[in-house]
Amino acid sequence: MAKLIGGIGTSHIPAIGGAIHKGLQQEPYWKPFFDGYPPVREWLDRTKPDVVVVFYNDHGLNFFLDKMPTFAVGAAAQYNNADEGWGIPTLPPFKGELDLSWHIINTLVEKEFDVVTCQEMLVDHACTLPLKLLWPKGDCPVTVVPVCINTVQFPLPSARRVYAMGKAVGEAIKSWDSSKKVAVVASGGLSHQLDGERAGFINKAFDLQFMDSLLTNPEWATQFSVLELVEKTGTQGIELLMWLAMRAALTVGDGSSVRKVHSNYHIPISNTATGLLALETV
Amino acid sequence: MASTSSAIKIPGTTPFDGEQAKKGYALNKMCFSFNTAENRAAFKQDEEAYMKKYSLTEPQAAAIRARNVLQLIAAGGNAYYLAKFAGIFGLDMQDIGAQQTGMTKDQFKAKLVAAGK
Repeated sequence: MAKLIGGIGTSHIPAIGGAIHKGLQQEPYWKPFFDGYPPVREWLDRTKPDVVVVFYNDHGLNFFLDKMPTFAVGAAAQYNNADEGWGIPTLPPFKGELDLSWHIINTLVEKEFDVVTCQEMLVDHACTLPLKLLWPKGDCPVTVVPVCINTVQFPLPSARRVYAMGKAVGEAIKSWDSSKKVAVVASGGLSHQLDGERAGFINKAFDLQFMDSLLTNPEWATQFSVLELVEKTGTQGIELLMWLAMRAALTVGDGSSVRKVHSNYHIPISNTATGLLALETV
Repeated sequence: MASTSSAIKIPGTTPFDGEQAKKGYALNKMCFSFNTAENRAAFKQDEEAYMKKYSLTEPQAAAIRARNVLQLIAAGGNAYYLAKFAGIFGLDMQDIGAQQTGMTKDQFKAKLVAAGK
């Protein structure tokens, strides 16, 4: 059976794509953000996952309001990035992992998560930037299964539901008949709000408590409703749902406890409190 | 009957729920089209014709003309799609944040930095 080696949560602001493109990683503004990544890359170099399942939220590249799935799973041999409208460079295509895609889809539906399946799926900066941050040089060495969670249009899935879905994805990975090593990636957050008079809202205390809870008490954030989470973290801070799905995936079966590989937290990049957390299953 | 999204009122925040999604559909559809460079160019060339093509309501068209983000949200605009409209003018998220909060860009940036202390 496949081995689930761990999970990584990271922020995904579009401006990161521009900074990478322009080589600004060591500029004073960007350095505290980018300096979080080398220890996580070292861990990945050591553990060498073959496949990553990426929990992310589409920002209006693949999905529009004409059809807005709550949970959507990619089932493509290749995923293309494309123009998102604001000038960040388009990245080369990413390779899919079809067999795991369908195993996850079959498992999720069997467990009563009625997901949308996508044999064609454009992946936006939320899916691609974490891969670029984790493997900055050359072609991405892992294959990918994107799992998109709606954070665009309310009602959004509850934190409890997202946790349960993430756990089911973990069960799918661990029951996948393959000798490959799999990691789960969460892309989103942490606290930030782009829209309204409350734009610029950031909640450091909550973010730090949330990151800590993923180590000590992973279900902690599931006590909150979606609107309570928006109140505490901002309209886009709700992207922390991705982190919950990632953490829940690591709770499955033997090797269900985790150790922290590395974490980083920095305010601000763009309008966002940025977080990074790598967890290894033990 | 109270909808779920009105259960908590968060100041300065408009959750993008079914009501907003209905109200803002034409505006958001136009903004979604800005994923494509040729559509961005067509908009820049003739904004009025482009808005007409997407059947924007009068409040939506007025908010687009005014480049006013709070008015765009009131007209049903969704942050993720509006960002593509802002991108046409090279505005970043601090420009947008400053405009919505009535601050200068420097004041808005200082507020963000202060949140990290």
